[in-house]
Amino acid sequence: MSAANTYLDHAATSPMRQVAIEALNRHLSIVGNPSALHVAGQRARRALEEAREQLAAAVGAHPTEVVFTSGGSEADSIAVVGGMRAQEAAGRSRCLVSAIEHPAVLGMTERGAETLPVTHDGAVDVERAVALVDGDVGVVSVMAVNNETGIVQPLEPIRRAARAVGAWFHTDAVQALGHVPLSFRDGGFDLMSVSAHKVGGPVGVGALAVRRSVRPGAIGLGGGQEREVRSGTGMVALAASFAAAAEQAVAELEAETLRLRGLQQRVVDLVSGCGGAVNTIRAEHAPHIVNVTFPGLRADDLLFLLDQRGVYASVGSACRAGVHQPSEVLLAMGRSADEAAATLRFSLGHTSTGADVDRLAEVLPGSVARARAANPSA
Amino acid sequence: MSGGVDSAVAAARMVAQGHEVTGVHLALSKNPQSYRTGARGCCSIEDSHDARRAADVLDIPFYVWDFAEEFQEQVVDDFVAEYRAGRTPNPCLRCNEKIKFAAVLDRGIALGFDAVATGHYARVVDNGSEVELHRAVDPDKDQSYVLGVLNQTQLRHSLFPLADTPKTQVREEAARLGLSVAKKPDSHDICFIPDGDTQGFLSRYLGTDEGDIVDADGVKLGIHHGSHNFTVGQRKGLDLKIPAPDGNPRYVLKIEPVNNTVVVGSREQLAVSILRGIRPTWTQHPVEGPWRGQAQYRAHGTPVDATISLQAGELVVELDEPATGIAPGQSVVVFDGDRVVGSATLAESH
Repeated sequence: MSAANTYLDHAATSPMRQVAIEALNRHLSIVGNPSALHVAGQRARRALEEAREQLAAAVGAHPTEVVFTSGGSEADSIAVVGGMRAQEAAGRSRCLVSAIEHPAVLGMTERGAETLPVTHDGAVDVERAVALVDGDVGVVSVMAVNNETGIVQPLEPIRRAARAVGAWFHTDAVQALGHVPLSFRDGGFDLMSVSAHKVGGPVGVGALAVRRSVRPGAIGLGGGQEREVRSGTGMVALAASFAAAAEQAVAELEAETLRLRGLQQRVVDLVSGCGGAVNTIRAEHAPHIVNVTFPGLRADDLLFLLDQRGVYASVGSACRAGVHQPSEVLLAMGRSADEAAATLRFSLGHTSTGADVDRLAEVLPGSVARARAANPSA
Repeated sequence: MSGGVDSAVAAARMVAQGHEVTGVHLALSKNPQSYRTGARGCCSIEDSHDARRAADVLDIPFYVWDFAEEFQEQVVDDFVAEYRAGRTPNPCLRCNEKIKFAAVLDRGIALGFDAVATGHYARVVDNGSEVELHRAVDPDKDQSYVLGVLNQTQLRHSLFPLADTPKTQVREEAARLGLSVAKKPDSHDICFIPDGDTQGFLSRYLGTDEGDIVDADGVKLGIHHGSHNFTVGQRKGLDLKIPAPDGNPRYVLKIEPVNNTVVVGSREQLAVSILRGIRPTWTQHPVEGPWRGQAQYRAHGTPVDATISLQAGELVVELDEPATGIAPGQSVVVFDGDRVVGSATLAESH
């Protein structure tokens, strides 16, 4: 990737922060398995626990509540699969997940979970969600910030309803960390997932914050190194790098929010000027995502034309074998399959600058016009 | 870029010639898992990954274009409908005509590209006023038959960089370029029937209703479980309990899908001399004739000498020597030596 390229896909993965690279490099040379009993193991253990404390501070959790995982997907899976395993043993059979969750949570619907509906504006429909909660519910999972739209979800009333009946409340906070204020303790969550590479840390590490009184079942076999919930040798260097990235992202949150809001508004104005309908405006939204539908074109074509001009955006939703599938999130928001197929996501992050938006402004109008002309059904 | 060696080397040659190249893999199934073919050929997730890796080695951008709907409508549905009507279609030809050099080409041109380049073995020759389509030099690999359906507009935007190269040389070139697909086996099967079980595939759509096998006089000789399981000229698998009076083998002469009947007879009854093709296409321009040329009616068939003419909008091919195993629905491609002149879909032969 040359310097001339414009990276507007931070929600997919964000470039690593210098502090994270340094922490990773520094800790890669540490010898020893943190579970070993000799001095080398002890050094590794110390580094791992320091990382745990550092990350706990960044996410507003107690260090003993932090379980390192291989990433956001594993953290989500432990929360909903492991959570329901434990709750079923306690006689609770229902699991509720919002209709716009990441596949790592939404996949529970294939195991019997029910979905919470969302409004046209992209937020979970609180009234209908709360009405679905009863004493048979084991786990309720609602993400903090949607990964495709950036909409901040109304967690508190749903969390309270879950708490009132003794269900565990999980939030996937992967897109929230470093982008909106986030605190495990203040949020009153039972379980919370975060991921390193969305905040400038390395790919391959995440964490699940787990309240001490909450004991999800393990979903993988092994030594149970992470609080008997997650097995595998402690990932010292990855954890340290994650913690360093998260610490910096959270420390810069206030200033970054202000800065990214400015860039975000420019992107919103720009895409609106090209006939785009921004899907992320009407509800409270994070400062880093602009989700926009361009009627009359195929998002795949626009993505391709932008890519040719060195601007990297995203269709936001899952790809299967490189084929863009209609976004479940937009369909859940009541958009048509055609609208979903005409939707792009631009996402900003710590390396984004005004020059990136300038470049987008240069290439977007022509690319949109060309993509419209290339659409045979328009 | 299918994920095979031919299209990877074709892309490499385009890059080497100085073109601005973008790799495109066609997703032809909404459910790529269903087309999983292991090492067999195209259309699976693994194949798209192989294609992407090759594109990365060549340092060109790569995209998967979703033509699953078009492919289903234009190729798979047509394939089934043709068998339902008692005909024997060639889906690869259809895909070239309707998808690769039509839908893909149109989209490419709309997005600012000039041409589609593929790993087909054939040659395009600009004669100054028109672009001609010629056979490849390697007769074992020549694919001019499946491209015979392209018209002048399509050919003007088509490039076949492998043109003249023997297959072994293509593999050597792939290995030299560090392409991981250098040793990947060729694909031979119909891509949307990866297990090669065409009859099983068709039975899922067309059922297995029992029907009669009769001779040319209508005398019942046996039963079958779906007329789509047969093709004109077929000898094996008839499972007839009553031997022919002369003791000679019997062949499928005709398929009558409406009453689900398969008509069989002797090899002599199978032989035909005159082929009538509908929906003629021309690589350059229509040729009224009559003219002397060669006809090929199967992908790997030998071209045979014939007198060819255009009569009332139909392509009429009079073979010098009677031939057998010619089924309605097949494409007949007519050549003037190495040059493809046109094609048509066989409607009738006698």
